[in-house]
Amino acid sequence: MSVLVDISHRLGGFAIDARFESAGRLTALFGPSGSGKTTLINMIAGLIRPEEGRIEVDGRVLVDTDAGIFVPKHKRRIGMVFQDARLFPHMSVASNLRYGLWFTPPAQRYADMAAVVELLGIGPLLDRRPAKLSGGEKQRVAIGRALLASPRLLLMDEPLASLDEARKAEILPYIERLRDETKIPIVYVSHSVAEVARLASDVVMLAQGNIIASGPTEAVMQRLDLLPVEERGEGGAVLDTRVLRHDETFGMTVLGSAAGEIRVPRLAVKAGAPVRVRIRARDVMIATEHPAGLSALNILPGTITAISPGEGPAVEVGIDCNGATVLARITEQSRQTLKLHLGGRVFAVVKTVSFDRANTGVGLPAEADG
Amino acid sequence: MNWLLDLTPDEWNAVRLSIKVATVAMLASLPPGILIALLLARGQFWGKTLLNGLVHLPLILPPVVTGYLLLLTFGRRGPAGAFLAEHFGIVFSFRWTGAALACGIMGFPLMVRAIRLSIEAVDRKMEAAAGTLGANPLWVFATITLPLILPGLIAGAILAFAKAMGEFGATITFVSNIPNETQTLPSAIYTFTQVPGGDEGALRLTLISIVISMAALVASEVLARRVGRRMDIE
Repeated sequence: MSVLVDISHRLGGFAIDARFESAGRLTALFGPSGSGKTTLINMIAGLIRPEEGRIEVDGRVLVDTDAGIFVPKHKRRIGMVFQDARLFPHMSVASNLRYGLWFTPPAQRYADMAAVVELLGIGPLLDRRPAKLSGGEKQRVAIGRALLASPRLLLMDEPLASLDEARKAEILPYIERLRDETKIPIVYVSHSVAEVARLASDVVMLAQGNIIASGPTEAVMQRLDLLPVEERGEGGAVLDTRVLRHDETFGMTVLGSAAGEIRVPRLAVKAGAPVRVRIRARDVMIATEHPAGLSALNILPGTITAISPGEGPAVEVGIDCNGATVLARITEQSRQTLKLHLGGRVFAVVKTVSFDRANTGVGLPAEADG
Repeated sequence: MNWLLDLTPDEWNAVRLSIKVATVAMLASLPPGILIALLLARGQFWGKTLLNGLVHLPLILPPVVTGYLLLLTFGRRGPAGAFLAEHFGIVFSFRWTGAALACGIMGFPLMVRAIRLSIEAVDRKMEAAAGTLGANPLWVFATITLPLILPGLIAGAILAFAKAMGEFGATITFVSNIPNETQTLPSAIYTFTQVPGGDEGALRLTLISIVISMAALVASEVLARRVGRRMDIE
């Protein structure tokens, strides 16, 4: 399964020129507002006709302006979840869910109503009207509606952007299940580092209509300099780990990673389960010798592999901890005091309590790793 | 109360005929009304302003002028009238069908306005969403647009019905005032006022036409509210 987009398009004074190809489980189109992500996803869905270029999904050409091909949206079989849900107000939740079913030829139907309802936990909502649903419930129903049309690709356009933190936390696990339990590839538009780091297997980073980086999430998310300014504080290393054990005495979970053991607040997952953590660069301290008399529990030895200037007084330091890169944001003053240099042996220090719900999520199953 | 319900056969016929004419006029103008409202709300084409003006013409012209134009066009010797009579056997002049045509045309601008407003209020993003779910444009119209404009459709239809119930000038000019064929309520009232001692009959029919118009209005309110509640549009 792969998506290929290679288009150029002009919208008033704004130009988009983008080419990417992804075979990821969940590919995030990531960038600040106005970077062209939504335009791109609308082109894949067939809601916008690109001036020039080519779009392929799974080898099927949907758009080829040179050959004059433009498959209309209703023939693409590409599901779309909109930021504003767009449930049909004159139908019940059940009728909304079944809507796409009518237009899917029986031979191409693979989605099963009962399974989708179970996956998204929307059983109790079926008889209700969309106006009576909360924002999070609406979004879950919208996901179910798109799934039941048995799409070959699922597009999600900032599905969490209009929800508050509590609702986001409610939906994220469902998107993780969607990613891990169904075979449908997902293209996910977001401007949030937290969402992308938690959900994406692959990232395509956009700025001002151009693609500035793309590749596996762990690699792309290390480019803190590319992050949108307002999201830079959220930037940090993304590590795929596994639950080693739970420490019930202190309410913690111990994760095993290439960098060593990482202690985080207790997670509600079984031992052995994959967990993805994002270690914000601003939460990482650097010590030149193994610290003693320190409250922080996670002390990861490593080697400095990169030092680059950051915002204002900050520098960003990349530390290779046995193959896993941890990023630290410290001041230039500290760098000079500690005489940090490339190749230097250091310890990255991370407090357990700096891991919160926003930066620990269900990891991608092993076969999707690396 | 007895004198009110004690209608002569001719008066009863006028009431029945008026309801028949108004109903046919309303139902027959719905499909073209929806089509033209769609064109005006969504279309981008040369001559849109002209079409808009043409649709509204019956609203601003004196009804007698509209009636006379109908007579010229759809009368026996009019180009459209002759054609329809010859090929389809449809005759308008001095028939109740002509009254329905006149009433339909007089109510048309009201109907189109109501439907057009409701089409413009439809969130086109809903239609785009239906498209991504596999519905082609016709299905999108039938399953999304049409149900969403239902309140406007009902309002437009009732307006057209009420207008048809009250139409007088164009009807009497086009199809005259023939008892049992083209004598609608207003024409019958007019006839009563022209003869000595007709006051009682005129009053009876006047009250009846008030009752029918009010009933139509209340029915449309109730229907629109029920549809609105079903959709929970706040």
